[in-house]
Amino acid sequence: MIRIIIAKELRALFASPLAWVVLAFLQIILAWIFLTRMDYFLTIQPQLARVPNAPGLTEIVVVPMFGIASIVLLMSVPLLTMRLIAEERRNKTMTMLMSAPVSMTQIVLGKFLATAIFLAMVGGLITLMALSLLMGGKLDYGLLATNLLGLLLLTGSFAAIGLFVSCLTTHPVVAAIGALAAFLVLWLVNIAASDPASPVHLFSLLKHFEGFMNGSIAVTDLIYFAAITAVFLILSIRRLDADRLRA
Amino acid sequence: MRGRKIDGRPPTFDEQGEGMTTTASSESTVSARALSRSYGNNRAVREVSVELKRGEVLGLLGPNGAGKTTTMQMLTGNLAPTSGEVDICGIDLVDHPTRAKSRIGYLPEVPPLYRELKVDEYLRLAGRLHKVKTSALALAVQRAKNRCGLTEMGSRLIGSLSKGYQQRVGIAQAIIHEPDVIILDEPTVGLDPNQIREIRALIKDLGRDHSLILSTHILPEVEAVCDRVQILHRGEVVFNDTIAGLKQFRGGQTLQLGLRTPPSPEEISRVAGGASVDAINAQLFRVHPRGTADPTDELVRASVERGWGLFQLQPAQASLEEVFVQLTHREDEQAEQNPGGTPA
Repeated sequence: MIRIIIAKELRALFASPLAWVVLAFLQIILAWIFLTRMDYFLTIQPQLARVPNAPGLTEIVVVPMFGIASIVLLMSVPLLTMRLIAEERRNKTMTMLMSAPVSMTQIVLGKFLATAIFLAMVGGLITLMALSLLMGGKLDYGLLATNLLGLLLLTGSFAAIGLFVSCLTTHPVVAAIGALAAFLVLWLVNIAASDPASPVHLFSLLKHFEGFMNGSIAVTDLIYFAAITAVFLILSIRRLDADRLRA
Repeated sequence: MRGRKIDGRPPTFDEQGEGMTTTASSESTVSARALSRSYGNNRAVREVSVELKRGEVLGLLGPNGAGKTTTMQMLTGNLAPTSGEVDICGIDLVDHPTRAKSRIGYLPEVPPLYRELKVDEYLRLAGRLHKVKTSALALAVQRAKNRCGLTEMGSRLIGSLSKGYQQRVGIAQAIIHEPDVIILDEPTVGLDPNQIREIRALIKDLGRDHSLILSTHILPEVEAVCDRVQILHRGEVVFNDTIAGLKQFRGGQTLQLGLRTPPSPEEISRVAGGASVDAINAQLFRVHPRGTADPTDELVRASVERGWGLFQLQPAQASLEEVFVQLTHREDEQAEQNPGGTPA
């Protein structure tokens, strides 16, 4: 059943211009970052040659690209998730899913996984761009892998939060703005606490993503992203079931 | 079988449950008891019960806002009743939603159409969501299209279809998995007279081997296609009877009489053998005969002899509005006869 919903969502996504616009803009922005970082790398390369243990191609070109990608996705994932439930409610097509012999868990997981698959494609495209550097240099595959893993976990959390916000409203635009606000709060929450030991930092998406960008996989970061994703998926299921079940 | 494994209850219990579903095929397919739904302080539906057998077509009739759609949403598991229970073929809708829902086909008030899909793609999706086997899917799509007159429309985008065809696609998605219970919310709304006739023929056809509930605010439609009718008014069932009962209630032998120079209603009453006579206006009268007597001949003869200027004489049937007035009036009278009410 979940497969049917995933297929239906991906089809709807690619049938609309939105997915293509997001993919195209992301590629344009990243290609531009990629080229400027390449340029920078080439100018400082002679100096780097003299420094022992100098940062390589991956640190200077690939890591900033993933950093930019995370911010661009922060702004574009709300556009992808806003439709998931809100638009189905608005077009009254939600009734078809609600009346079919499909559980709310299957609906929510199907929609989440379809979005996650799309975001994994985005991650794949970025990785391909990074791999193109192999034509003239060497890459730190470990660092590339942790960056990709971090981006996938981060966007998975985005998708879960966006899906939940989409469950709360019948207006796709409200869902998009709500999701963007939620992302920004979680992204920038560490600014609120100037004390570096403050527990507020635990909730910052940025802090947890930074670890992956630096090439380290910490269990706390993994748990953080898994927890965020799971909590918002469960909340979405509860929210949809609330219409069906007695309070 | 699956239920047994999951529940892990003693087999006897489950066998009873399975037995109920199979014998239910000749008995009750929908059994809703005392459904109520409140939105805040507004009680949209109060104590509505629906019983339906296989091969029966039930009409839910009522003006806009009577609670028809809310009732149907509760019957299809889209909305939780504030109180009351729904069994579909003996399966509780709240406890086993997916098993119960696989037996229902539902066309909501607004057909749930994905406008960016083609008719064939959409019906295949509907079939898959309702667990039609992949091997049987092409046949199911073909059959649903045949029944709804969509054979030529398979490769058209749903968004480009006219409203009548979109309505048919909506019905096709409700019947694609051959459900035991088909629930159609205002299926003929917005269609032209030809399409209405076709859809009514389809509904009659479906009613032969499925249980069918349809809602409408058009009284002749109920009389044309339904076996039984429940009239809802302000969220309550005010009438629950067969179509014959409804026709009886709508007037039976009542005549509408038009006279250019009418005598007093008492004189008409005397001529018509003591029938009760209501004046609709100065020239139109409604004559309710006593018992089964037919005073038509007497009225014509008297009108000619006494120069009443007869210009209209026809069997009168109450319109839906008048039925409502009568029904609600009857309730008020009952309430007056029982002034203290029953102790709560």
